[in-house]
Amino acid sequence: MTNDELIWRIAGGSGDGIDSTSQNFAKALMRSGLNVFTHRHYPSRIRGGHTYVEIRAAEENVRSRGDGYNFLLSLGDSFARNPKEGAYYGEEEIKPLSENLDELREGGVIVYDSGLLDTDDIEDFDERVEENNWHVYDLDLRALAKEHGREIMRNTAGVGATAAIIGFDLDYIEELMADAMGGDILDANIEVLRDAYETVQEEYDVDAHDVSVPQGEHEEEQVLVSGSHGIAYGALDEGCRFISGYPMTPWTDVFTILTQLMPDVGGISEQVEDEIAAAALAVGASHAGVKAMSGSSGGGFALMSEPLGLAEMTETPLVLVESMRAGPSTGMPTKPEQADLEHVLYTSQGDSHRVVFAPSDPIECYEQTRKAFQVAWEYQIPVMVIYDQKLSGEYRNIPASFFDQDPNPSLGSTLTEDEIAEAAHDEFGKFERFRHDPENGVSPRSVPGQKGGHFLATGNEHTPEGHISEDPDNRVNQMNRRLRKMRSIRADLDEDERQDVYGDESADFGLVSWGSQTGTVEEAVDRLNENGYSVKALSISEMAPFPERKVRDFLDSVDEALVVEMSTTAQFLGHIQKETGGYGEMLSSFLKYNGNPFEPGEIVEAAEIEIEDRLDEPSSQTRLEPAAGD
Amino acid sequence: MSAFSAIGNDREVDQNEFTPGIEPQPTWCPGCGDFGVLKALKGAMAELGKDPEEVLLCTGIGCSGKLNSYFDSYGFHTIHGRSLPVARAAKLANSDLEVVAAGGDGDGYGIGGNHFMHTARENHDMTYIVFNNEVFGLTKGQTSPTSPQGHKSKTQPEGNAKAPIRPLSLGLTSGASYVARTAAVNPNQAKEILVEAMQHDGFSHVDFLTQCPTWNKDAKQYVPYVDIQDSDDYDFDVSDRREAQEMMHETEDALYEGTVLTGRYYVEEGRRSYQQEKRHRGSMPEQPLAERYFDDDAEWERSFDYIDRHK
Repeated sequence: MTNDELIWRIAGGSGDGIDSTSQNFAKALMRSGLNVFTHRHYPSRIRGGHTYVEIRAAEENVRSRGDGYNFLLSLGDSFARNPKEGAYYGEEEIKPLSENLDELREGGVIVYDSGLLDTDDIEDFDERVEENNWHVYDLDLRALAKEHGREIMRNTAGVGATAAIIGFDLDYIEELMADAMGGDILDANIEVLRDAYETVQEEYDVDAHDVSVPQGEHEEEQVLVSGSHGIAYGALDEGCRFISGYPMTPWTDVFTILTQLMPDVGGISEQVEDEIAAAALAVGASHAGVKAMSGSSGGGFALMSEPLGLAEMTETPLVLVESMRAGPSTGMPTKPEQADLEHVLYTSQGDSHRVVFAPSDPIECYEQTRKAFQVAWEYQIPVMVIYDQKLSGEYRNIPASFFDQDPNPSLGSTLTEDEIAEAAHDEFGKFERFRHDPENGVSPRSVPGQKGGHFLATGNEHTPEGHISEDPDNRVNQMNRRLRKMRSIRADLDEDERQDVYGDESADFGLVSWGSQTGTVEEAVDRLNENGYSVKALSISEMAPFPERKVRDFLDSVDEALVVEMSTTAQFLGHIQKETGGYGEMLSSFLKYNGNPFEPGEIVEAAEIEIEDRLDEPSSQTRLEPAAGD
Repeated sequence: MSAFSAIGNDREVDQNEFTPGIEPQPTWCPGCGDFGVLKALKGAMAELGKDPEEVLLCTGIGCSGKLNSYFDSYGFHTIHGRSLPVARAAKLANSDLEVVAAGGDGDGYGIGGNHFMHTARENHDMTYIVFNNEVFGLTKGQTSPTSPQGHKSKTQPEGNAKAPIRPLSLGLTSGASYVARTAAVNPNQAKEILVEAMQHDGFSHVDFLTQCPTWNKDAKQYVPYVDIQDSDDYDFDVSDRREAQEMMHETEDALYEGTVLTGRYYVEEGRRSYQQEKRHRGSMPEQPLAERYFDDDAEWERSFDYIDRHK
């Protein structure tokens, strides 16, 4: 496996430029014709602390971070040097090397900054190197950086050394550097890069290992985007020109991307006092005729529960995104988890309902965010897009032409003044904003300032004119009509021929996943089928209204299925059972909640245990719960 | 041509245009101060020639929230404490609308206190009327943020241990650029103040004393009241923040000693409203944003225009 893919991990302190360096290197690999996938691991700390980014690059499509990795560039933590912080930071300096060794594959490569790190500080380092047939390059990256520029350029030196070791053309890297910087800084970086490259070539044996850069070619120009970009760009192309929010990891990415675009596209961004206000502002802007959105992560979304219900009851179109991180409470702010599913599905008092999309990759983030706006404005209902820290920050390449799509600023079922003049009004001439009769549940809306359209929007139960009323007949009519919208939306979504099943169609063992784990599950399906099993997978990306028929069809087509999710209490499995009313006998559950996403190998192992009806425990930090019928 | 033809017409408006056909008679208790707010607001709107359909009235929850039911315009009866974020976003979305928010003292100074502080700070171009009756009315007489210390109720049976909020001072220090207090028992002054508040470019905070004859029987009926602008006893400069602060402090203390002082306390001219400030900084379009969605010829940017940065 080593020869057909590179999984390069750059590890250092927060502040060592790990993010920007890895971004550029990923782009360089993409430009060379490879498919790339990034995985970011970082602590919830302002300064210092050990962080890494992995880039997986291969000629073939890459859908997950893979299992382990084969190339470590360890810069060490240069922010761990303050002697006053000795007790806590003292051993941190070496961690970007010592703590990354467990997952490095046999035969892998290690490059570390010998200007900063001493391997004598790591227990049994030499023995482990020998045992695992690792190839170690100790380079004084600090000295190289200082010779031509500044110490921070250690990361550039590390990239130069990497290129020499894996046989990667420096031109791709230099081009990107020229795009990002100029003048003396650019010159110094290029000198550092080339010097490191040449030093390795001259002084080290670069052929002693099997790790080399794969070769590939793209049929068309690619772009490197994250799930957060998918969501932000989907919103932009649907004519969203108002975003309100309060910073919270990981939602901040979407908020920041759109906020930075807004002045240029004639929109408005509002950073406000709290998430109650954030959601309420989006409701207010939408009410006044603008396509608006807000969002947050779990804790912030908890505050949005009431405005969410208000939007539903007043039938104000609204899109909210929820970027999950590990909970409960503050939990682990920079770690992914899929445990806000029930929070998003069920929060808000009464028989409340909303539409919930759950994209699995940047393309789906884009497409489903567009769909979210279309559904929200057509059906006048809150629509949520739920994703997680992993999808938020992981980058993949997709064809640039994918984004060559028409914008859609339509306000859906909103009337113009001419249409209002034709619409139903009561005996006092008041516009009937909330009629009982629409078959699909949608009663067209007006917007303040329009002549002939005034009405009262209220969170209380109300008559067709919006007048507050507790009349039983009106109540039943309004509840029934609003619920009819969910049925109409399900029928609407069913018209999209979504390809959700992956693998061997005739398989009798199924895997079921949602959101960010889907790519990993699909990779596991390929491996299981290569290993001689017959397996297929279903990815569910519409959580409400639930695609019940499709899920039933899939579950009916297999003997048993393993539900894979990052949650402790199997919320997704519970949701499937609630919506389908059964299948407990055949659904087993595979759970991970240690703060790290699944690796494909973990899923392969769990599936094999289930398929073979073995009783062993999975070897990784995961939990396998058998089906009731096992 | 504007998609919103109710906005900006110069015409005579009769205040009865704001009376709804479906429920013309409010269900507030007889003698309630809320009638005074409704009357003053209708009068002020008519005086300014506002078309009911160019007005967005956003309310919170409580007796005051019923204002929407008896004032016929575009309305948004929101949730408890949240009228301000809804209202200010509507104003950002369509800056041509006349936006007024209203709520009780619990709604504005209690549960919605954070929004009050920040909406005032940002100086949104809108008017906020706080029905201040020093008690929770709709939920039957509990102690509110403006109830005096010692106020006895079912939720404070031994008497309120908390000192009341100082509403005018809070508005001022938060950043409101127009701060006034009026009273339901003074309808002429109330109307004048609401007219000024709506004409003011920025956040206008009107603390409106509304007597509650049902749940605050022992409390004063806010008579006799003194208009500080008409009285020779008070002389200060409404454009001077420090003098205004002192006058507010005195007014807030006096209320609990039985003297009802009302009038204009602070008027800051020349400061940009939030909308003006955002436009000045290039972070808000010059034309009302909502208009664009009804303009079939509008050009819409798309993500493909920005994709090169990802290559």
